[in-house]
Amino acid sequence: MTSVVARDRIRAPQRPGDVIFSTATVVAGSLILAVLAAVAGFLLIQSLPAFVATPADFSGGFTNFWAYVWPLAFGTLWSALLAMIIAIPLAIGIALFISHYAPRRIAQGLGYVIDLLAAVPSVVFGLWGIGVLAPLVQPFYANLVDWFGWFPLFAGPVSGTGRTILTVAIVLAVMVLPIITALCREIFLQTPVLYEEASLALGATRWEMISMAVLPFGRSGIISASMLGLGRALGETMAVAMVLSPSPTVLFQLLTSQNPTTIAANIALNFPEAHGVGVNILLATGLVLFVITLGVNMIARYIINRRKAFSGAN
Amino acid sequence: MSSTTATRTANTPQANAYAAGKLPKNSTLYVLLASWIVTGAVFLVLQLSGTTSGFNIVGTIFFGTVLYCIAIYALSYAVEGARRAKDRLVTSLVTAAFVIALLPLISLVFTTVVNGLPAFLTPTFFTESQRNVVGAGGGALHAIMGTLEITGVATLISVPIGLLAAVYLTEYGRGRLAQAITFFVDVMTGIPSIVAGLFSFAFFSLLFHDAGIRFGFGGAVALSVLMIPVVVRSSEEMLKLVPNELREAAYALGVPKWLTILKVVLPTSIAGIVTGIMISISRVIGETAPLLIISGFTASMNYDLFSQRMMTLPVFVYTQYANQGTDTQAYLDRAWAGALTLVLIVMLLNGLARLIARIFSPKLGR
Repeated sequence: MTSVVARDRIRAPQRPGDVIFSTATVVAGSLILAVLAAVAGFLLIQSLPAFVATPADFSGGFTNFWAYVWPLAFGTLWSALLAMIIAIPLAIGIALFISHYAPRRIAQGLGYVIDLLAAVPSVVFGLWGIGVLAPLVQPFYANLVDWFGWFPLFAGPVSGTGRTILTVAIVLAVMVLPIITALCREIFLQTPVLYEEASLALGATRWEMISMAVLPFGRSGIISASMLGLGRALGETMAVAMVLSPSPTVLFQLLTSQNPTTIAANIALNFPEAHGVGVNILLATGLVLFVITLGVNMIARYIINRRKAFSGAN
Repeated sequence: MSSTTATRTANTPQANAYAAGKLPKNSTLYVLLASWIVTGAVFLVLQLSGTTSGFNIVGTIFFGTVLYCIAIYALSYAVEGARRAKDRLVTSLVTAAFVIALLPLISLVFTTVVNGLPAFLTPTFFTESQRNVVGAGGGALHAIMGTLEITGVATLISVPIGLLAAVYLTEYGRGRLAQAITFFVDVMTGIPSIVAGLFSFAFFSLLFHDAGIRFGFGGAVALSVLMIPVVVRSSEEMLKLVPNELREAAYALGVPKWLTILKVVLPTSIAGIVTGIMISISRVIGETAPLLIISGFTASMNYDLFSQRMMTLPVFVYTQYANQGTDTQAYLDRAWAGALTLVLIVMLLNGLARLIARIFSPKLGR
């Protein structure tokens, strides 16, 4: 009896529209996986000659590919890390200001300003970094080296142009700020109003309401936003290529004229003139960058998956 | 606590019971002004004593704001207690964060406008290319056309794929495939733009057996790789916000699933989706690195996406800056004018997104 009931369970009729539509969505979704596989595959194929390249193929006296790529990989991670240290606290603050502190009337306008600047192209940031920021911060750097030179990160001699990795980190932070802010703001605004009103009704101050209702609700959103920001900071090319005066070394000092450059900036500066195996070497460094970002994103994704966000759809 | 309040009211019968234990209404403003004046005075003394040259206005504002944070915390702690004090501290920190972030952004827009206007206002900037131009003169028409074509094609590729994938993830996707797609979309949002360009180059140079391939369509493919995950992510977030009650109400009325999605779920979230698409367009329209690699740069007009190098605005800005000729100022002016054009296009797109969002969004009780 029970088995008959189970067999006769009512099923929704499969209309042609349903079949076509759901197939289209599956194909589109799978295509994304195919593209990602293609990115990895084609980069790998084109990179193979670089791994067996002779020392004569490398500029700067490197003997093999790994020696060539290590300082670049270090510079990429180091500059992105510095940028995120500056950007994340600021971004959360700005997002909170727009979503919960600013007067309702101007909040929308402020959000519009931030949205606008999320899309300012990286070349414009590059031009601004060289033309405005570097000359502005150079005297400050000089003071920093004079006063805090004993601290390893601020060791001298100070760069005369201000085009150091700290300047790059500031530019990167400014670039990723709008992205992180825009996403965090959206998430914070989606906090159920009932939660907020309930905690205020219990006598919480505004900060207590935010720390008890808004931030826990938006935690995965904050991580996801920071991840997007980190992705942009790691792979940011033009601003770094234009602002930094590079040297292929591993250095932690923030304020000297010797700065590790990033993989992306190195490719952009050398690709137009590259030929022969040189192209393959640059493609291989691109593959390394791809692997680094893949790793970073996987770790971030793991953190998010541990704490699942809830929403209307699940 | 209550006994102290009682004694206080007993001692001063005129005091307002509701205002007891609170800072006066405009105290934050006064404290802020006082902190600025104090630090201003300190910097004035420093200037007069000759330690610094000139009055340090940035330092005054910055250290004044820091002093304000400390002062308001201490005052509030003494009068209102620890909880209120913390609240006030966070309020001032959050506001300060906003102001700090706004400064570089204002400076950037201001510099772009001031430096960009001279070349931007020359009549030839929008009517001529850089062909056979050395020094001043010429324009960016070739770059503007290239940007419009490449970004347009990239949007045509990305939006259908991205939107359908987002629908799959929110409405259909259960199990392994959906998990994999969600995961790898996130991974793809982290793909650096230059890697997308390198991929497009690697792919097409293998396909056409051309080790130095440069053409516009490759740039569009590279931009799509960057754009699709952004569209998926933003659309997915918006689709997830549609309350389940709406879907269930539609099913209960006997509406097929695909019609529910097309007629209920998508219209409810269309404003957010369009805003997301517009923002993803304005994000890729400024991409320089992938186009530098696969589309290259040229000084001439090229309307054909499928052959020859194609100039785009961001690459135009970069090459004008990087390859300054003997007349340096002319090249710098053109770089800034190109930057100004880009910023204006981005603004236009964002304004359009706002407009669409406002017109089509359903009126919810938020």
